[in-house]
Order: sequence, then structure tokens, then C-alpha cells
Amino acid sequence: MTLDAAVLLWGVASLLGTAVLAIALSRTPDSGTRLVYGLTLGISAAALLVLVSRILEDPITPSTAVLPVGLPWIGAHFRLDALSTFFLVVINFGGAMASLYGLGYGSHEPSPHRVLPFFPAFLAGMNLVVLADDAFTFLLSWEFMSLSSWALVIVHHREKDNARAGYIYLVMASFGTLALLLAFGLLSGSGGNYTFEAMRTAGPTPLVATFVLALMLLGAGSKAGLVPLHVWLPLAHPAAPSHVSALMSGVMTKVAVYGFIRVIFDLLGEPTWWSSVIVLFFGGLTAVLGILYALMENDLKRLLAYSTIENIGVIFVSLGLALAFKANAMPSAAALALTAALFHVLNHSFFKSLLFFGAGAVLTATGERDMEKLGGLIHRMPLTSFVFLVGCVAISSLPPFNGFVSEWLAFQAVLQSPDLPQWGLKVMVPAVGGLLALSAALAAACFVKAFGITFLGRPRTSAVEHAHEADRYSLAAMLILAALCLLAGILPGFVIDGLSPVTLSLIGSRMPVQMAQPWLSIVPIAESRSSYNGLLVFVFIAISASAAAYVIHRFASHALRRGPAWGCGFADTVPGSQYTGVSFAQPIRRVFGTFVFRATERVEMPAPGETGPARFNLEIHDVIWETLYLPIGKALDFATDHLNHLQFLTIRRYLTLVFLFLIVLLLVLALWP
Amino acid sequence: MNGLTFDIAHLLAGGLVLVSFMMLYQDRLFALINVFALHAIVLALSVAWQAYIQDAHHLYVTAAIALIFKAIVIPVGLHRIIQRLGIHRDIETAVGIGPTMLAGIGLVTLSMVLMLRVTPDADPLAREDLAFALSIILLGLLVMVTRRNAVSQVVGFMSLENGLVLAATGAKGMPLVVEISVAFSILIAFIVIGVFLFRIRERFDSVDVGALDDYRGEHR
Repeated sequence: MTLDAAVLLWGVASLLGTAVLAIALSRTPDSGTRLVYGLTLGISAAALLVLVSRILEDPITPSTAVLPVGLPWIGAHFRLDALSTFFLVVINFGGAMASLYGLGYGSHEPSPHRVLPFFPAFLAGMNLVVLADDAFTFLLSWEFMSLSSWALVIVHHREKDNARAGYIYLVMASFGTLALLLAFGLLSGSGGNYTFEAMRTAGPTPLVATFVLALMLLGAGSKAGLVPLHVWLPLAHPAAPSHVSALMSGVMTKVAVYGFIRVIFDLLGEPTWWSSVIVLFFGGLTAVLGILYALMENDLKRLLAYSTIENIGVIFVSLGLALAFKANAMPSAAALALTAALFHVLNHSFFKSLLFFGAGAVLTATGERDMEKLGGLIHRMPLTSFVFLVGCVAISSLPPFNGFVSEWLAFQAVLQSPDLPQWGLKVMVPAVGGLLALSAALAAACFVKAFGITFLGRPRTSAVEHAHEADRYSLAAMLILAALCLLAGILPGFVIDGLSPVTLSLIGSRMPVQMAQPWLSIVPIAESRSSYNGLLVFVFIAISASAAAYVIHRFASHALRRGPAWGCGFADTVPGSQYTGVSFAQPIRRVFGTFVFRATERVEMPAPGETGPARFNLEIHDVIWETLYLPIGKALDFATDHLNHLQFLTIRRYLTLVFLFLIVLLLVLALWP
Repeated sequence: MNGLTFDIAHLLAGGLVLVSFMMLYQDRLFALINVFALHAIVLALSVAWQAYIQDAHHLYVTAAIALIFKAIVIPVGLHRIIQRLGIHRDIETAVGIGPTMLAGIGLVTLSMVLMLRVTPDADPLAREDLAFALSIILLGLLVMVTRRNAVSQVVGFMSLENGLVLAATGAKGMPLVVEISVAFSILIAFIVIGVFLFRIRERFDSVDVGALDDYRGEHR
């Protein structure tokens, strides 16, 4: 078993080799596309096999490897333990599905030579981050992952706004890496030992631990999309080709979550109870704001990106709960909360990839991302709309799909909060639970909108009329993901038991063995408190639905009767008069929008006697962007404007500046107590 | 160390600072170069005295280099340059003499306070030497900053280097090779700057560095 890390490193090496091969193949785009995605699919599937066999045999014993590259006399350390094994499964499964989807989707790519070299490199970077066992390797791989995904974001750099998205992404990614660099610098202390092993044993002081938590929230949080550091995410994720969007949303944000868990739960030692308050606060804020933004959005891929922010919020809320329970020595509750977080990581990677693949299929078929120009696609893309519906139901956390299970586990963890000793947490956790419930309900509304406006009704523009079903590779990838959403929902016990080594290694406890429960139920704490049986719910839904259908068809009147169709309230036959996404979101916008988005609606009536139409104007502000980021940008502009003439001084002035600075330094030295 | 040797070392180093001050208020180029020659002579005496009290014979070589190159070769060379450029009648200071002298006093005070504070455990002679050396370096920088003419900036730079040599000889056991390499780098800087002076002169009919700025199209 000790060779696993080395085997995975060979996988990374072959991914990098594929990237080099892709450069050589850029002259033959068609065969190159098939070869590159075929290779990445094969490598990811092989890595997945190694990881699954490891989970089945012995996931706890770490497997390490040291390569003589990187910093001299330190080398590059790699380690495969329970936590990294789980996240590698997420990465390589996401990578395999994106490759499978890319086999078909890639042939529609107008500039494959910009995508093919970076796609395997991006996968290799994510694998390396999770494998890394010293700070230098971690940061290097992190930056490699950021840069290769940045290259994928600006593939279509001539399209409107994509260059800006790439720029903002680059700035935020550098900022995040800077925060991580400082965090690891604090963890390694003045001794400068950069291996994780040394950090684990060092035991930082409370002050250092506070700073590390803040820096990790900045660094990993900016990559994961924690509000208010999320601004780059809804710009950058949709700008990339759809299978890369799926990887960025479904997998790369999870690598950020991995970094957070690795440092906060593993390296930092025992947490303090108030650190969980910070994580809970930002998690709850992220969940609600993310889904509210998503509801206001009419671009299908941006809607999905905002929904990613919501799911990251859910994951961070669960992580905050795990921290609170761990700090108060409640290991079984902590294991429950951490399992909920990790389960949601897995689930989100499933359904978010599925939904982005569906959005990509719609984009290929119609060339449109704006939902207000789509509609009625269910007739032209029946299979795609079916799997998209499955993804929507799963992400809205409805039973019997997987999203329900992880959210249910998170709520079970929330319900443990009365046992917490601190009053601050006792009050805060139910409030955050309320935010979680609110975000889940809003998510359901959001995906009713996404599915309904895109796939139902009648086509709104001619772009939809010539739409066709997606190709077989894309459909295969989406069908596999949809099947897994269902499977993980009706058989959650397998997943929970598979996660137990992770909670055992990080918290020292685990949830009860679920496979031992009768009838495949899951029981978070004890049977007397609560239990859930996905299979039973599924069977019940299936039986009641087919029984209802049977009864209707069997006993209903067969007499044909023709009458005028009910016009759903609109007698006009123009497709533009259908219910739109903006009108769907109006009630929620009126409830939350005036506060969160400063939304204003204005009806402009034509002057009396004029024959022009009345106009309805809607104005929405991104408050976070306007109050947080624009002032920073303005201050920067101001400073650069005013410092610019420092570039054009005379020689004597430069000498004077150097001289004065020397004097200032000497004065500081002279006056220092 | 008996009192007299210490006093003489102190006197010579202090004299060097005094000559640096004299440099500050010279507004004629020839006078400035003469004072620089005096600066180099006092440096040579100081280094020789150090060689005597430390019983370090290689320091005599340093003293000889200072005397030959800095007190004779370079001043003579600069005299010739000035005559060939025909700028020996120029009067120039960018900042008035009064404020410059006041700034110089402030700099010497700063270096004294600083050095006496950060080196409480050092040998008293080395302490004094370092404090004086820092003053001389700062005064040399001040000369460079307050002058407009390229030749006087060169002189300021050379007097700054004298401060470095004083600091190096004050510390016991500094190898000769360091001093020689510093001396050679100064000599090379002198040659390079001399060449440049003529190039600037050819191009702009002036060695006022303001002409360079005008050429770059900038205002002061």
C-alpha cells in the first residue's frame, strides 16, 4: 500500500506529459481533441481505481513519497492519507467525467489549441495540491492550478467581458496565494520547517492560530468563493468552456475546501470555540447571499456559478459546526458535522458538474446562455432536459436525491447545538440553521426558474428552433452523473461509511456504522432521535406515482372532448409574453432585493397623447462590489496617478530620495527604544 | 591603549569630519578639489596612525594608496578636466550654504547618537572611528545631493568613499584586499565618470546635470 502516492504521482506526470503532447498536436485539432480527452479520461479512471482499492483495503495508513525537486535540501514531500484520498476521488472522478464530456463537447470548440494543453495541466495541478505534504509544494501546486485554470478562463478572450473576468480572477488568485503564503509562514514559525509533519507537532500559540484562521479564510475562502471574496467566481467560471466550468465549480472549489480542512482541522491542532463562530458566520452569509444572487441572474452559467457560492456556504457552515463540536469535545457530533460537509462536497461535485454539462449542451445547441432567449428546449433536447431536471432536483435538496441527505445531515448537526456549553454558540447555531433552511428553499426556487425558463414553455427566439440533442459522449457523462446523484441519495450509508476514515483521522471519532442498520437506513446519532431511509422514500415515490398514473389511466373517462385550451391567463400568442425569469424572481426580489441589492423598479409611462409603449425598468446593484471593491480600485487609481511622476524625477532628486530614506532608517534605528 | 594614541586617532578622525564640513561650503570648483585633496591627506595620516597603533603594516599600503591616488592623482586629474572644460569660473550650489551646514550638523549628531547607542560593547577607538566614518559618509552624500555640477558630485562621492576607508581601517583585522579593492573600484569609477563628463560636455556644452534633465524633457 505504500506505493499509492508514487503511483498517483506517475498519474500526475502522465497528465503533464499529455499537456505537452497536446501542444504538439495543436496542428491536428480533431484527432488531438479525441486523443487528449481520451488520455485524461484513462489516467483519471486509473487513478480512481487505485484510490477506490485503497479506500476498500486500508485508507488510514498514510503513503508517502519524497521527490528530490523543489527547494534544495528540502525536496518535495507528498502524502496520501484518508482526507487526501477522499478529495482525490472527487478530483479524479470530476476529471474523468469532464474528459468524457469533452470527447464530444470538445469538437465544437473553435480554438482547441488554447484548451487542450491546459486541461490536463489543470487536472495535474489539482492532484498535486491535494498530494502535497509540505508548504512549498502546496503553494507551488496551488499557483500552478490557479494559473492553468486562468489560461482556461481566457480561452475565448475576445468575447465580451472575458478578459476582464480573467484579470479579476488573476488578481484575486494572487491575493489568495499571498494569504496562504503568510499562513504557512506563521505555521512554520521562525524555525522555517516547511513540512506539514513539523507544523502538526509545532502547536502554534493562540495568537498565531487566530491569524492563521483569518489568513486561511482569506486564502482558501477566496478560491472557494466565500462572500465577500466571491466576486471573481461568477465572472470566471462561466467564461471557461463548459466542461472546464464544471471542473472549476465542481472540483476546484473543493480543492480550496481541502486546503481549509487540512490547515484548520489537521495542522492547527485543537480549535478554539469562537473560531467556529467566524466560520459559521461567513458560511451562513455565503449560503444566503450566493443563492439570492443566483435568483437575480438570467445567464444560465452565471446562475450555476452563483449557486456554487451557496453550496460552498453550506459546506462552510457544516465545517464551522464541526469546529464548534470539536472545540467542546463532542466527537460524535463533530464527526456528524464533518461527514455532512464532506458528503456535500461529493454531492456538489456530482450535480454541479451535471448542471454545467447541461448548460454546455444548451450553449452548443443554441449558442445562447441568456435564459430569456431560450425556452421550450424539452421538446428538442429531451434527454438533456431530463438529466438537467435530475440535477435541479438534487441541488434543490429534495429526496430521494443526494443533496437532501447531506443537507439533512447538516441539519441533524444543527440540532445537536443545545448541548454546546457556550451561550454564543447556542444562540448562533440555530440562527445559522435558519439561514441554511432559507438558502435551501431559495435554491429550490432558483432551480425551478433555471429549469422552467430554459426548458419549458415555448421557444422565445429563433436560436432555439434549430436546437438538437447533445452528442453521445456528453449524454453518457451526464447520465452517469445523474445516476450517481440518485444512487448516493438512496444508498447514503455506503458514502457515510466510506467517509468514516477521514473523520476518524481528523476528529478521532466517526458516525455509527450505517451498513449495520436494518433496511439501509441512516442513523446519525441514535435511532430514537432520527433516521432517514432514502431507498424507502424512493420506493414510496415510485409506487405512489405509478399507482396514481395507473389509476388515472384506468379509471378516468376515455370519452374525447375537445374544448378551447386554457391560455394560462395570456391570450396573446407571442412567445415574448410568456412568464420570464425576471418576472419569476420578482416576489423574492421584492422581499430581499430592496435590502440586499438596492433594487428599484420603475414604470415609465409615455406622455399623454404619445403612442409609445410603457417601459418597465429594473435596476439592481451589486452592493458588495460597489461598497468593497470599487473604493479599493479608486484608491489604487488615485495612488498610481499621484505616484506616477516619481518615474520622471531628476537624477539629483532620486539621490535626495535615497539619501532621505537612509536618514529616516537611521533615525528609526536611533530612536528605537 | 594609552591616552595619547587614542587622542591622536580621535583628533585625526575628527579632523576628517571637519574637512568634510569645509567641503560643504566651497562654491568654487578648484577650492572644492583642493579641500578634497586635504581630506585625502588627513585620511592618509589617520590610516597611517592606525597602522602604527595596531601594528598592522599592510595599513601603510592603504595610507600610501590614499596619499598617492586621492591626494595627488585624482585632484590633479580633476584640475585638468576642469581647465579643459573651461568651467573653473563657475559658482554653483543648489542649496544655500547656511541650510547645508545646519543639515550637516544634524547628520553628524545623528551618526554620533546612533553609533554610540548601537555599539556599547565595542572597543572605544573603533566606536569613535565608526561614528566619525558614518558622519563622513553622510556628509559626502549631502555634498552629492546639494550640488548640481557633475564634477562636484564626483568629489562628494570620493569623500564618501574616504569615510568607508576610515571605517575599514578602524576595525582591527580587516584584510588588505578589501581596502585595495575599494580603492580600485573608486579609481575605476573616477575614470568612467571622467569619460562620461566629456561625453556629456560634447553633447550638451555643459556638465550641469540639469542639461540632462532638459534633454529628457522633464521639469524640475
